[in-house]
Amino acid sequence: MSEAGANDWPKIRTVGVDGLLVSFGDRLSEAANRAALAFRGALDRNGPEGIEETSTSLVSTYLRYDPIAGDPEAIRAGVAELLGDKDWYAEALPEGRRFWRIPTLYGTDLAPQLEEAAEAAGMTAKEAVRSISEARVRVQTIGFAPGQPYLGALPEAWNIPRQSQLTDQVPVGALVVAVRQLVLFSVSTPTGWRHIGQTAVKLFRPDSDTPFVLRPGDEVQFDPVDRATFENLQQSGPDGGATSEAVA
Amino acid sequence: MSRALIVHQAGPGLTVQDMGRHGYLAFGLSRGGAADRLALEEGAALLAQPVLPALEMAGMGGEFEAGEDIRIALTGAPMRASIDGARVAWNASHLLPRGARLSIGAVERGSYGYLSVGGGLACEERLGAQSAHLAAGLGARIVAGDRLPVGPDKGDRVGMTLDVGGRLDGGAVRIVESLQTDFFAPEERARFEATRFTRDSRGNRMGVRMVPDGAGFESEAGLSVLSEIIVPGDIQVTGDGTPFVLLAESQTTGGYPRIGSVLPTDLPRVAQAPAGATITFSFVDLATAHEIERREATRRKGLRGAARPLVRAPQDIPDLLSYQLISGVTAGDDLEEA
Repeated sequence: MSEAGANDWPKIRTVGVDGLLVSFGDRLSEAANRAALAFRGALDRNGPEGIEETSTSLVSTYLRYDPIAGDPEAIRAGVAELLGDKDWYAEALPEGRRFWRIPTLYGTDLAPQLEEAAEAAGMTAKEAVRSISEARVRVQTIGFAPGQPYLGALPEAWNIPRQSQLTDQVPVGALVVAVRQLVLFSVSTPTGWRHIGQTAVKLFRPDSDTPFVLRPGDEVQFDPVDRATFENLQQSGPDGGATSEAVA
Repeated sequence: MSRALIVHQAGPGLTVQDMGRHGYLAFGLSRGGAADRLALEEGAALLAQPVLPALEMAGMGGEFEAGEDIRIALTGAPMRASIDGARVAWNASHLLPRGARLSIGAVERGSYGYLSVGGGLACEERLGAQSAHLAAGLGARIVAGDRLPVGPDKGDRVGMTLDVGGRLDGGAVRIVESLQTDFFAPEERARFEATRFTRDSRGNRMGVRMVPDGAGFESEAGLSVLSEIIVPGDIQVTGDGTPFVLLAESQTTGGYPRIGSVLPTDLPRVAQAPAGATITFSFVDLATAHEIERREATRRKGLRGAARPLVRAPQDIPDLLSYQLISGVTAGDDLEEA
C-alpha cells in the first residue's frame, strides 16, 4: 500500500457510480493537501462539462457527475488532461484565507482528557497546553460533519492513536486530538479522539448568511483562557470570542 | 393556516424528507433526503405532481388530521392505514377530507413508509431544502402537536394506485468497485459476494449494519489509512470486519476502508430491509451500473403513466351511498323529444 513509488501519484479512482477521486498521495503532506485544494479550484474553473459538484478531502479532490446525462469516459479523460497540465504539488494555497484566534478552555471537567492526551504525547498537562496553543494549524479539510475542520499538522509528539473505545458524546465546540491533527466539533457526536479543550464557537450556523464559518486553507490558533473568561464567552454569541484577519 | 396536516400522534421516527441537499459535500454536509427516494417518486406519480417534501415514517406512523381537504398518497413500506376507521390501500392516493382522522400504524413489511400530500409539505427550508438532517442538526423530528403546512395543490385526482416492484424484504443488491476495493484481496471480495448477510437491528438513516453468516472481512490497508470521501451506498468495513452500508444521512468522510458501493437503484432495497432480512451483494462493472441507472431513470419517468385507478370492492367503500352510482337516468322520453 504505502510502499508505492512516487510515480503512483496523482492517481484517479472511481467513487461509486457517479464520482471520481484524484488523490495526490496516501499519507498527509502539506504539498498533497495544497495540490488537492488547487486542483479542486482548477476543476471548478476549467473542468470538463458535466461536473455537478466538487470537494476535497485531506489529500484528494472529489468530483461528482451525472452518469445518465453526462459522458463518464469524456469526463474522466478531461480530468486526466487537466491533471497533466502542471505540477499541482507546487501550487499555492487558495486565496481569501484567514487567520482565526479561538479562545479555548484547556482541561477541567469540560475537557476531561487533557492529562490522558498529554501523557500519550509524553508531556505534562502544562507542556501539552503550551504545545497545542502555540501551534498555528491549518484547516486541511472540512468534513465528517457540517463546517467541521480537520486541522494540522501538530508537532510529531502528537502522533498519538485514536482511543480504542468511542467517547459517547462530546459537545459542540469540543477540541479533540489524534494523529497530529485537531478536530473542532461543529455538532455533538461520539468520537474516538481525545477531548482536550472546549471552545464556545459555533462553526455551523444553518440559519445565517455564512452557515459554514471555516474554509480549507484557513489558519487557526487556540488561545488558552481561564474558566471565568470562557463562561463569559459562552454568553457572547456564536463566535464565542473567535476573531479573524485576512492572511492571503 | 388551515391548509395543514395536524399531527395528533407521532411514532418516534417521523421527519420531513425530500430529495436532500446537493452541493454541500465540501462543507461536510451529506446530501440527506429520503432513505427510500423511490418511494417519494412513487408518491409524486400517484399525485401527478413533481417530487415534493413528504413525511417519512420509520417503522411507525401516527395519527393525522387535515385542516382542509387534501390529497394524500401512501408509499414505501406498507403500514396499516385507515381514514376515520375505514381501511385504505397502500401504494395509492386518497382524499383526506377536512377533519377526518388518518391513522397509520406499524410497518407490515420493510422499514420506511411515506405520506405524501397534494401540493407537498411547505415547512421551512434550510440550506435550500426542507429535509431534516438530524445528524447535522438540521430540522427536528415531527411530534404530536405539530402542524405541517401544505402547499397549494393543482391536482384533484385520487383513487390511483401503482404496482411497485418488491424491495422490502432484502434480497440481491448490486455494487460497484470503489476507491478502496483493492484494499481487499480478490479472495476476500469473492467471499464477500458469496456471503449471506443479515440486516442487523442496528440501523438508521445514517447506515445499516450487515452481519455476515461467517467470518468478517479483512482489508490489507492497516490502520494508517487517511480519512477519505464517503458517499451514500458505500460499504465500509469496520474494525471488527463487519460491513455497514451508508445511507442518505451518512458522514462525508471516514477512515474505514470501503469494499464497494451500492448502486443508487438498489439502495432503497438496503434502506427498506427490515432487521433480520437476508441481503447478498454482487459486483457489476461500472458500464453495466451506468446502464442499470439509465434504465431505472427511464422507468421512473414512466411511473406517472403507470398509475391506474384503484378498483374497490363495494363493501370497501364506507360512504357508498354518497356516490352517484347510476348516471344518465332519464324519464325515458328524451329521445322522442329530440
